[in-house]
Amino acid sequence: MWDWASFLHYIHSPYLLTGAAISLGLSVGAMLIGLIFGVIAAMMRMSERRWLRLPASGYVWLFRGTPVLVQLIIVYTGLPQLGIQLGVVASALIGLGLNEGAYLAEIIRSGVLAVPKGQFEAARAIGMTWPKTMRVVVMPQALRIIIPPLGNAFNGLMKTSSLASVISLEELLRRTELLVQVQFKVLEIFLVAAFYYLVLTTVWSVIQGWLEAYASRSVAEDRTTRRTKLTAAVESAVLSS
Amino acid sequence: MTQAVEDKRAVVVEARGVHKHFGQNHVLKGVDLTVYKGEVVVIIGPSGGGKSTFLRTINHLDRPDSGEVCINGAALGVSPKGSRRATLSDAGLSRQRRQVGMVFQQFNLFSHMTALENVMCGPVQVLKTPRAVAQVDAKRLLALVGLADKEASYPAQLSGGQQQRVAIARALAMHPAVMLFDEPTSALDPEMVGEVLKVMLDLSEQGMTMVVVTHEVQFARKAADRILFMEEGRIIEEGRPEELMGNPRNERTRNFLRMVMGEA
Repeated sequence: MWDWASFLHYIHSPYLLTGAAISLGLSVGAMLIGLIFGVIAAMMRMSERRWLRLPASGYVWLFRGTPVLVQLIIVYTGLPQLGIQLGVVASALIGLGLNEGAYLAEIIRSGVLAVPKGQFEAARAIGMTWPKTMRVVVMPQALRIIIPPLGNAFNGLMKTSSLASVISLEELLRRTELLVQVQFKVLEIFLVAAFYYLVLTTVWSVIQGWLEAYASRSVAEDRTTRRTKLTAAVESAVLSS
Repeated sequence: MTQAVEDKRAVVVEARGVHKHFGQNHVLKGVDLTVYKGEVVVIIGPSGGGKSTFLRTINHLDRPDSGEVCINGAALGVSPKGSRRATLSDAGLSRQRRQVGMVFQQFNLFSHMTALENVMCGPVQVLKTPRAVAQVDAKRLLALVGLADKEASYPAQLSGGQQQRVAIARALAMHPAVMLFDEPTSALDPEMVGEVLKVMLDLSEQGMTMVVVTHEVQFARKAADRILFMEEGRIIEEGRPEELMGNPRNERTRNFLRMVMGEA
């Protein structure tokens, strides 16, 4: 039997709310780590030097080619065998962050490659060094292209972060499971958890909309941009459904 | 102007034996060029003859496979004598490139910056000029190319001719020793060609050193001190406009000119 009273009771349970906050913190932390690894790996993959390209390609290949769950378990329960002992939180952040970085590297790389070659050349021609060309000219333009898929990646990460429950990190899903074990209101409690995830991803999609509008401000008056935004909105709706 | 007088002037660009391959394709087969201060050199010739590639080796956007290019006496991409490395670092080459302004066929304005920001970008980011100073100079340059009222516009809001004039202002903002123009009017609608050529003509009259790759024969006749005819990776013929256009010695130059003038 479905019990409304229990559902409404658990929906403001501080225990689960804290779990949701931990999930959010874990996702933000892993995203930041992923962005650092992603930017570095993307830059390395676009280098002219083979010895920079190869390790970055290897990283992307490895972390995109194996399940996150397996990576998390290896980091938490496998690495101690090599004398690398990481706490639960550190393991989850590193595991999720490294995995995310591999995907973000590809997103960032495709964004940079979408910036017309003439923009690089014009920057080089006025005497900008390669790093400055990237920072001042290429990345701000790539950002406009990157933000929609980057936002989708973060949306995905907030849900993937639930895998950290497997290595006993007490985030939302783990706390839900623990609560169910003593309270037996399985459907009510899991639906509360699902509701929290839904709130997180919904709030994020609103923020993402603002970010997209901000990054597109230089072309905001353009008709083509409106079309691009519409396409992006449709894409993200399709992707997240 | 006699050779002796010419030689006394300062040499700004000196290219010697420049070769360039793209894969199997031997695009430049030993090109030499000396450009003196204040001189306007126009390079004409059929498409695929290596004109643009040669221009791009002058600031090493394309590095020559052999040969060298000197700007104000310093060889591009080569470390000064006595240093450990033979080739100059990215930062070193970038420093040298500041002296060479370039204007592209496709304008290549930074699309996320306004016209004013485009012009200020080089001085602020590369020369570390204070923003206030760079802004005054950028406004002066935009006025010079007739676009004082467009400083807040983004490239997408400007016509092709306007974009190209902003691009010229952007290159001038670095106060380069020489300006390179790579077919600056080829991507423009016909009614906009004139406004860009006028800016270039003004520049040449103010004594700017310029190397221009173009199909605009009338511009070449009016502005050039010297015209080079380039084909199949070599400079086939060169001379003052009235010599080269009035009485070309080489038959291929003659054929090319007849074709271009016939169309005009």
